[in-house]
Amino acid sequence: MKVGVKVLPRPEVLDSQGRAVEKTLSHHQLKINQCVMGKYVVLDVDATDEKEALEQAKKITEFVLYNPLVESFEMEVI
Amino acid sequence: MGSDRKPIGILRFLGTNCDRDIWKAVQSVGLEPQWLWYQDRFDPEDYSGFVVPGGFSYGDYVRSGALASLAPVLGCLKEANEKGMPILGICNGFQILCESGLLPGALLKNESTRFIDKWVKLKRVNASPYFSSNEEINIPIAHGEGRFYCGESTLKELQDREQIWLRYSDNPNGSVDDIAGILNANKNVAGLMPHPERAMKKWMGTSDGYSFFASLADGGLQ
Repeated sequence: MKVGVKVLPRPEVLDSQGRAVEKTLSHHQLKINQCVMGKYVVLDVDATDEKEALEQAKKITEFVLYNPLVESFEMEVI
Repeated sequence: MGSDRKPIGILRFLGTNCDRDIWKAVQSVGLEPQWLWYQDRFDPEDYSGFVVPGGFSYGDYVRSGALASLAPVLGCLKEANEKGMPILGICNGFQILCESGLLPGALLKNESTRFIDKWVKLKRVNASPYFSSNEEINIPIAHGEGRFYCGESTLKELQDREQIWLRYSDNPNGSVDDIAGILNANKNVAGLMPHPERAMKKWMGTSDGYSFFASLADGGLQ
């Protein structure tokens, strides 16, 4: 079963990548309110149901995929 | 000079690239360097201190220092910390120490998003008992992810407990409170983004980095 994990910088942390994309877009007359850059990780786990898959993915994400000091995450079964 | 001291362990991961500079720096102050491979396990008692060098461990995948912080060698480094032994993390080594929880905070992409490679002036805010320096230091930085970040409560703790080690005179990367280096609460663990090992002799630009290692020879634990 596959779980997608979305990891995004916390709003209080300056997202320098997102800021750089915003600037580039504005130079090309592409209007945008904000760009937030993060990452999307797909985990293929052995699980009998969605609940178990999400539990496993949460454990893995908290172990290494995100840093709670500067990032937050969301998960979805895909 | 210091020949009776136990060796200094230098940690190496896949992608470490400042390891040989650290080796030379440790040798130049009369201490014996010894490699510690990322898969190694070691007895802290066999060493007098440890350096985690700079580079791009694991290609900076996930977050810089994140995967290295989970390597077997870090388990033993944490034991060394519990014994209060001196541990110095430079650049990627600093990032690894933060990711492993040995130091607070995180190192994020520079505010400019650019890799910055230049000489910087630093001010010593609080002295490290093991890695000494002048009050004003001129040594190089070379990093893309050196913006020190921590929450307000952690910053206050760092200030109140005299854990801010070094500050940039002219903040190059957007670090909170101009922080270039910090100490842990016990002051045995130190991390900084600039590279003292690249300023060991006058011909290298300055010799301001020499004292960081020389003091380890004088005051490192046996």
